[in-house]
Amino acid sequence: MTPDTPLRDAAASAPMAPGAEIGAGTLPVPAPRPDANQSAELQLVDVNKIYQARTGPVEALKNINLTIGRGEFVSLVGRSGCGKTTLLRILSGLLPPTSGSVTANGESIWRGTRRDDQALKQFGFVFQEANLFPWFTIAENIALPLKLRGVAKKQRLARAEELCAQVGLTGFEGSYPRELSGGMRQRAAIARALSYNPSILLMDEPFGALDALTRDRMNLELQSIHAAAGATVVFVTHSIPEAVFLADRVVLLSPRPGRIRSVTSVPLARPRSLETESTPQFQDIVRELRRQLDEED
Amino acid sequence: MDREKLGRLLPWISTPIMLILFLGIWQFAVSVVGVSKFILPSPLAVGDRLVEMVGERSTWEHVRVTTTEVVLGFGIAVVVGTLLGAILGKIVWLERAVQPALVAFQVVPKVAFVPIFVIWFGFGMTSKIVLTVILAFFPIMLNVLLGVRSVDRGHRDVMRSLGSSRWATFRDLELPSTLPYIFAGAEVGIVFAVIGAIVGEYLGGSQGLGYLVVARLNSIDAAGLFAVIVLLALLGSLLFAIVTTLKRFVIPWHESVQSPAAA
Repeated sequence: MTPDTPLRDAAASAPMAPGAEIGAGTLPVPAPRPDANQSAELQLVDVNKIYQARTGPVEALKNINLTIGRGEFVSLVGRSGCGKTTLLRILSGLLPPTSGSVTANGESIWRGTRRDDQALKQFGFVFQEANLFPWFTIAENIALPLKLRGVAKKQRLARAEELCAQVGLTGFEGSYPRELSGGMRQRAAIARALSYNPSILLMDEPFGALDALTRDRMNLELQSIHAAAGATVVFVTHSIPEAVFLADRVVLLSPRPGRIRSVTSVPLARPRSLETESTPQFQDIVRELRRQLDEED
Repeated sequence: MDREKLGRLLPWISTPIMLILFLGIWQFAVSVVGVSKFILPSPLAVGDRLVEMVGERSTWEHVRVTTTEVVLGFGIAVVVGTLLGAILGKIVWLERAVQPALVAFQVVPKVAFVPIFVIWFGFGMTSKIVLTVILAFFPIMLNVLLGVRSVDRGHRDVMRSLGSSRWATFRDLELPSTLPYIFAGAEVGIVFAVIGAIVGEYLGGSQGLGYLVVARLNSIDAAGLFAVIVLLALLGSLLFAIVTTLKRFVIPWHESVQSPAAA
């Protein structure tokens, strides 16, 4: 991470509002990535996770091997308890694996049981809950990661304004989280994760708590955010149609012990729209994944 | 007028009505039922005495002494209570180790210590401030302890996933999320602080509104006694209002600050 590379996504994302000028070269953003497809962005090799429960050890994850390419959108699906969230938490550095290696751009994000904070700086995380801080306004919440990176107040709030425009929250910069609806709060959480242009976005059922209509809209928006930001996305969900709609590849996990059951490519053209969901191709993939899931019982 | 507005105005209408009713029944008991004025002076007599006392310089000296004791004692209690609460909240084994001692300390009637404080710290302000601190710091400490433990897990995850430093986590997460608890403790603490100062003054010394209550009792001046109590009630309300107002400014984002109609 070099502090004086130009803002990578400002131009690619929503058109900048006049007056919302960002001093190029002042925001610490990840270094420009080497050529796409050069190497794997995220790689899990023989990852195991064993919890010590009161009744004995529980194998939460067993022999996970997965390689995710640059800019790829991967969905993780499976029943509750199959280890999707555990896998994401290991990827994000919130939880150490029992064994195995996790690398981002070839660098291990774990040094023993201590995580490498430097490697983690390229990650953005969106949780099941928006987890906005109630004492900060929306703009302050979105700018929080930049504050932690020492970006000056004026610049980080300007960036927050720009991100508000990108996720459709213009006019709510000064509101407190409790004044917003669930969908708007989750958008702010996404904006917060995007604030420092992470090259990898990890999302843990971010729309699980939203109603179906809002969820459809959020999925469309996420697709365009992904296209604009070009980030690698790992998206956990328990909804198969949602997983297929968003992903380049869908990884199906099976429980007890948590392991990869199948990896399915989704060759549907982008950008996808709500009509995509009614195409036979889409429905075939969904049906096949459902069948695999049902086989477990 | 819509319901919401009416709901907000309601206390402003109901409180004067209740006050007038209360004073009316009081006056009725004195002038019609004929309760002895040595037992219950009429509200008018109390009012006269109050006006008289407010005009005297010595009254304000007593007010000053009591206010100083309460403010100093409360201030120390906030600092000590917050520090101890934060330390015990953070270090679980320490909290477990001192828990029995804390409970013992809490259940002992601390007012019983006043004579000892007089022996140790004299008849001056110090012994009263000590009692004030001891009474007021406890609810603050307990609330802060709870607050430090109640930092939202999801919020912690956010800070951790951003690789936040310890200091930044304290500044942006732990402190703001504990502030409402500090204020909840302070609102109880300020009431206890007033009680501590007055009880301390009852039992030893020659200054303060608590002393004045005892002095009026000894000279069988019932109207004067009531007047001092009115002054005490006003002082207590004023101090409580200051704490509540401070809360509105410091944590405007918190639910306890919102008016229920806006929620």
